[in-house]
Amino acid sequence: MTDPGPVRPLPAPSFRGTPPFPEAARRALADDQLRTNLRRATMTIRTKRQRAVDERADWEALRVAGAAIKDDVLARLPELLVELESNVTAAGGVVHWARDAAEANRIVADLVRAAGASEVVKVKSMVTQEIELNDALARAGIAAWETDLAELIVQLGDDLPSHILVPAIHRNRSEIRDIFRRAMGGAGRPAPAGLSDEPRALAEAARLHLREKFLRARVAISGANFAVAETGTVMVVESEGNGRMCLTLPEVLITVMGIEKVVPAWRDLEVFLQLLPRSSTAERMNPYTSMWTGVTPGDGPRAFHLVLLDNGRTDTLSDRTGRQALRCIKCSACLNVCPVYERTGGRAYGSPYPGPIGAILTPQLRGIARHPVDAQTASLPYASSLCGACFDVCPVRIDIPEVLIHLRGQVVRQHGWRARIGSDEALLMAGLGATFRSPRRLAAAERGAGLAGRLIARGGRIGRWPAPGMLGRWLRFRDLRAPARRSFRAWWRSTGSGEGQGQ
Amino acid sequence: MRVALFITCFNDLLFPEVGRATVRLLRRLGVDVAFPEEQTCCGQMHFNTGYRDACVPLVERFTRTFAGFDGVVTPSASCAAMVRGHHPVVAAEAGDAGLERAVGEVAPRVHELTEFLVDVLGVEDVGAEFPERVAYHPTCHSLRLLRVGDRPQRLLRAVRGLELVDLAGADECCGFGGTFAVKNADTSVAMGGDKIDAVRASGASILTSADTSCLLHLGGLLSRARTPVRTMHLVEILASGGAPA
Repeated sequence: MTDPGPVRPLPAPSFRGTPPFPEAARRALADDQLRTNLRRATMTIRTKRQRAVDERADWEALRVAGAAIKDDVLARLPELLVELESNVTAAGGVVHWARDAAEANRIVADLVRAAGASEVVKVKSMVTQEIELNDALARAGIAAWETDLAELIVQLGDDLPSHILVPAIHRNRSEIRDIFRRAMGGAGRPAPAGLSDEPRALAEAARLHLREKFLRARVAISGANFAVAETGTVMVVESEGNGRMCLTLPEVLITVMGIEKVVPAWRDLEVFLQLLPRSSTAERMNPYTSMWTGVTPGDGPRAFHLVLLDNGRTDTLSDRTGRQALRCIKCSACLNVCPVYERTGGRAYGSPYPGPIGAILTPQLRGIARHPVDAQTASLPYASSLCGACFDVCPVRIDIPEVLIHLRGQVVRQHGWRARIGSDEALLMAGLGATFRSPRRLAAAERGAGLAGRLIARGGRIGRWPAPGMLGRWLRFRDLRAPARRSFRAWWRSTGSGEGQGQ
Repeated sequence: MRVALFITCFNDLLFPEVGRATVRLLRRLGVDVAFPEEQTCCGQMHFNTGYRDACVPLVERFTRTFAGFDGVVTPSASCAAMVRGHHPVVAAEAGDAGLERAVGEVAPRVHELTEFLVDVLGVEDVGAEFPERVAYHPTCHSLRLLRVGDRPQRLLRAVRGLELVDLAGADECCGFGGTFAVKNADTSVAMGGDKIDAVRASGASILTSADTSCLLHLGGLLSRARTPVRTMHLVEILASGGAPA
């Protein structure tokens, strides 16, 4: 290999600064191309997942088992992590503990520097997105190269990921061709001349571009899907084989892992290796499953570092209802069935964890159980119509709607009834709360509403009308049926228990 | 059998004809139906929006009002799901053992209308006649919280003259979602827009469902788009005709 000269890190965009969900969603909805790409992609994967799941008569039993194993892990996390640490250490690995993103990033940057490297190759990993590792490394002068095809597209496009499994789901193939043509040269080997948007040609361009990096890199960074406490074995599942290149070729391997990823025993993987591929890629088995236990002389990396990351996980664990979010195995089935995600895409959620799981995980990792959160974070539990499709597909039975409602309660409690969540909403809730406490007040309010309706309605409908607040947000897009002239309770009373059936 | 009607605040104010049709249908089927006037709201809107404290007095009132009836029937899948699924949660959080016990007595006896007709009364043909092309929108809460399955469709198929048409993507959310409809209005309307496109493509003249809340949203979109499809609660169809069952 020829020396590439000094490598320059690519910029690493951040989700910081994303507006609250309603506004971010409004912008995303205006992008017709995005909506077309998302609809096609989510519909396809949704149908395939259903087929893969329907093959298993014991699917429900698997879900129950998956949830039970994860709940057991969460109940005795400290002892399992210590067991994992001692087994990784015994196998020649080094374990580091990181309280938060800053600590994890510092540990990783120091390890890369100590290896004398100025670049790393990366296996697709959610947790390193969560801690914005690429940005931290770039600030330390270290270039981090994404090697997952979709992550590469996002990185070269100076873009943010929009899906857990398919981070470039918002891009179609002609957009990908344009990104490769424009940006590959600045990051290494340029795209072949005359690159077409044929999937095969795009994959070949990525292969050539990445091969150079695999062969050159001395340090690799990965996440982990699972880590087995009883043996100290770490596991990554993937589809492309690029992950395995990273896991086997470089001299130093650094794995960053959320503490909830530990499982007690090998036999537990039997459950998750059935649940995960069918739920995420709709495959019976994923193409590449890499496992390693410490280091093996003469085979693979010479040094292995495991960084165990908290970053809000123990806070999440302290919430009895919310902690089930930590069962998540990052399959993304909930994204693919979510009617909100399908229309807004992932970037509107302002976090690498989008969709229904993101709406419950992000606020908790940001500490909603402990302290008031910012307006963007507080908007996430409301980014759902509570339709329940996510719970039905979740392979570890996370009751996402239940947690969403629970977190909404925390938002309201933290911000107070009159504060930031929209004063007309708090006012309406207080007013209706008082009204519903008395049937007399309710009857009077109904008479008032009936009268008001008669004044502004035409043909029983209130049409376009520049009303303020929540009513305005309804009427901007929809007519509103006018309140009845005579409520049901008024009819019941006036007809004497409805006996006359007077209409 | 002494049955109480839980009309829901939503129907009381906006869709009183749904309550009247429920009374008419139940009486036609020989049910002794009462309307306890102390009832107000199940608290779903407060609960689902995060105002959980406000739910406690509403749960107390509901439980007090409907204690002592053999059954409670409501023409709302969503409110039935709130009572059965979440009243126990509110009571437990309130830390009031008496309320928890009372909720445990009352909540399981609350039936959504189609559950009551099919499971309790054991009827599918309620003797209705309704010669229209009808599309049925299975609401999320009837489908995924109450699991009413195909009970509504079985009731509709037994209606004389009624043609039940297929609705593409029927089990997808219409985008109403309670306060979601105004807190995330743009997304709500994007979802509703796709739903009314499917309704138009179905060739139906009537769109029906087991919840008027979704129909308020979809009806508002249809009306704004000047689409001549009418929305009706399922009970209005089942109560029509009037041949005694």
